[in-house]
Amino acid sequence: MPETSFDLIVVGGGPGGYVAAIRAAQLGLKTAVVEREHLGGICLNWGCIPTKALLRSSEIHHLLHRLDDFGFSAKDIRYDAGKLVARSRAVANQLSNGVAYLLRKHKIAVFDGHGRLAGNGRIAVAKDGNAVAELTAGHIVLATGARARSLPWLEPDGERIWTYKEAMVPPAIPKSLLVVGSGAIGIEFASFYHDMGAEVTVVEVLDRVLPVEDGEISAFARQSFEKQGIKIHTGANVTALERGNETLTARIQMQGDTLEAKVERVILAVGIVGNVEDIGLENTEIAVDKTHIVVDEWLRTGEPGVYAIGDLVGPPWLAHKASHEGVICVERIAGINDVHPLDRRNIPACTYSRPQVASVGLTEKGAREAGYEVRIGHFPFIGNGKAIALGEPEGMVKTVFDAKTGELLGAHMIGAEVTELIQGYTIAKTLETTETELIRSIFPHPTLSETMHEAVLDAYGRAIHF
Amino acid sequence: MPIEILMPALSPTMTEGNLAKWLKKEGDEVHSGDVLAEIETDKATMEFEAVDDGRVGKILVPEGAQGVKVNQPIALLLGEDEDASALESFTPKAPEAASAPAKRIDDEPAPAAPPSVVRGNGRIFASPLARRMAQQAGLDLGAITGSGPQGRIVKVDIEAALSAARAAPARPPATPRAQPAAPIPSPALSKERILALAGNPPYTERPLTAMRRVIARRLTESKQTVPHFYLSVDCEIDELLKFRVELNAKSEAYRISVNDFVIRAAALALRQVPAANASWSEDAILLWESVDIAVAVALEDGLITPVVRNADRKGLAAIANETRDLAARARAGKLKLEEFQGGTFSISNLGMFGVRDFAAVINPPHGGILAVGAGEQRPVVRNGALSIATVMSCTLACDHRVVDGAVGAQFLAAFKKLVEDPLTMLL
Repeated sequence: MPETSFDLIVVGGGPGGYVAAIRAAQLGLKTAVVEREHLGGICLNWGCIPTKALLRSSEIHHLLHRLDDFGFSAKDIRYDAGKLVARSRAVANQLSNGVAYLLRKHKIAVFDGHGRLAGNGRIAVAKDGNAVAELTAGHIVLATGARARSLPWLEPDGERIWTYKEAMVPPAIPKSLLVVGSGAIGIEFASFYHDMGAEVTVVEVLDRVLPVEDGEISAFARQSFEKQGIKIHTGANVTALERGNETLTARIQMQGDTLEAKVERVILAVGIVGNVEDIGLENTEIAVDKTHIVVDEWLRTGEPGVYAIGDLVGPPWLAHKASHEGVICVERIAGINDVHPLDRRNIPACTYSRPQVASVGLTEKGAREAGYEVRIGHFPFIGNGKAIALGEPEGMVKTVFDAKTGELLGAHMIGAEVTELIQGYTIAKTLETTETELIRSIFPHPTLSETMHEAVLDAYGRAIHF
Repeated sequence: MPIEILMPALSPTMTEGNLAKWLKKEGDEVHSGDVLAEIETDKATMEFEAVDDGRVGKILVPEGAQGVKVNQPIALLLGEDEDASALESFTPKAPEAASAPAKRIDDEPAPAAPPSVVRGNGRIFASPLARRMAQQAGLDLGAITGSGPQGRIVKVDIEAALSAARAAPARPPATPRAQPAAPIPSPALSKERILALAGNPPYTERPLTAMRRVIARRLTESKQTVPHFYLSVDCEIDELLKFRVELNAKSEAYRISVNDFVIRAAALALRQVPAANASWSEDAILLWESVDIAVAVALEDGLITPVVRNADRKGLAAIANETRDLAARARAGKLKLEEFQGGTFSISNLGMFGVRDFAAVINPPHGGILAVGAGEQRPVVRNGALSIATVMSCTLACDHRVVDGAVGAQFLAAFKKLVEDPLTMLL
């Protein structure tokens, strides 16, 4: 008989849940994870990781078509969509097995099945509708994540109308594609499929692409995508979809204008909804607001002893935010003194399109709306030696400082490898540095990171290379 | 050289504390994170953890010592390769930061901000941003308690110090000429003076605990500087009592008290009348976005006000379980700092002692406190005829700088409506 009584049970083995479980085990809590599908969750199996594997292929594809720039020539460049997808799946599997190993190493019990609250600190686990276990714990962390939102007139059918899940395992690259939604997920798929040779149209209901990013970054991104040949319609809605034998005809409504797009496939990327169903929230004091569980700063729900983290509790929908919440939640449970609530202004966000986009903290508009008097710095990649040497001169870094105190309020980047660079600004923000420390820091030459230094200098009228 | 272990500032209002108990003795090994001692602070007994590794060389302040100044050395820690001989050549520094008065802004009484965590070498840990903000505002970093990692002073600590300085009572507004302005809550008479005035009758002496001093200081300050006014209302609670019995019969998982209903009703009424969920500051009235209700809990030797946060978003069962847990831990002296600090409004209930009605003193910076009396059967007149109802009298004390009569009345009306029709509390 496996053990059924624990100090802490995590429902959901994604980046929020498994990290919470490992941290709990490190702190000496007897811990279990209940996962119904794959360890690693969406992130590792159907999200962050496999898409990065695909985008690596599309990046190579793009480079192979500009070999001449670097002095090469090659003929007959071909790809096999099946192999591309197989590699992406292999990467996901490797990491999912890695998570299983990590949980084993920390002596965390893993229950394969669907967990739901059963009252009084109990979790009922069912597999294929049959009860397989009943577990008890003093603390229960819900980390059941989220799934793609669908629109009533645009229900995904798994064949031609895709969510991220089908888009990640295409049998072949479609000739033409409509992407509905231009957040990080929509834009990454648009970029991948465009670089793989598809004709891509993006429709965004708001007035700009990547709408949570700084306005200047959105504009830069749009210009860059359009120059590559991606068609972008903003302030636009897909109001109807006609399913022909060969093609799908989408009616796209914009202000005072309607147009039709004929495409082979549609990807729906219009946000997510929390997985709050069938986890036993009925008859509890747990409040749900727009498919997300309401929690306090320590991730506590209205029900004593029940906590919720990650996509299940609200934006931003990011794996690293979920993991961090898991750690905060568990450390608080374990009675660690030096725990601090999540500071939402210090959560970096990345989009792995070509060009990449990364940001942390307030946008210029957000800072002004919050009442700050701001100092803004800019620096273009064209002023950076490494960017030119790499053949990636397209990009920009923008900094937002509080004019009064010198606090770095936000940083916004677009260009090659900026997703690897943003962490510099995140550390600076977390340590509460001002412009002085950033200006005094030495950035290695030649690197792309010098653009970060220059963008700080520029905010104080001191940029050297532009 | 031995490391000095200094009396810690374990709460923002702490300037001195009592050394309740040593958990390590001389010669014991100490690892960072070990609990060294229990310190009795303003309001609770807290554990004091070691930051460094080593061995306890000498205990300088014995167990049971009262009124130990913050930053006074209380013990010496020997490093790994040091032996006791290192102690002989070592003379502890006199506490400097502790005795230096907190820097004042203008000539107003600044909140008694305790010195921050200063390690052996006197270095103050503060983020660059916090340093700059403190410099710009003329704040003394040594007088600020850090809440960041390992007690580091961060931006929010400076912001808190600034808003505390602003919220601190300014000169009493427009006092009549005849009454001289008293800038600081005037200290009480000395023991000798009182004994002389009373003609030396026999008496026993009870030492002032840290908590007793804080109660004295804060409530004196409140009564002298916050313009209180009072509004009373009678609520009929027969429906509520019936409903409570029904709810409690449904499950063993909770036991809802009348006071839990009062907390929820007050929270919902504050949500309906947000102007009553507010605090006075010198620059602006601060309308709080969350409703955090501080509930007075009587202790053997004082009282403490644990806070039910976001009480308007919590159900009755959640409130019931939370208040029971908070009260139990409050009585055990085991509340965490953040569990009894802050809040936006207070409730004091003396109904269980049979008190019919009373008026409470506002707990600054709250804008109001609701004093709740006992539910008792009283004659009431309905449609010209006499009948009997269970009536609970509640008196709201308001800070008139923030809450005017009409706003207070609106709050009480909303509160009464909820209490008298308890089903609406579930909406």
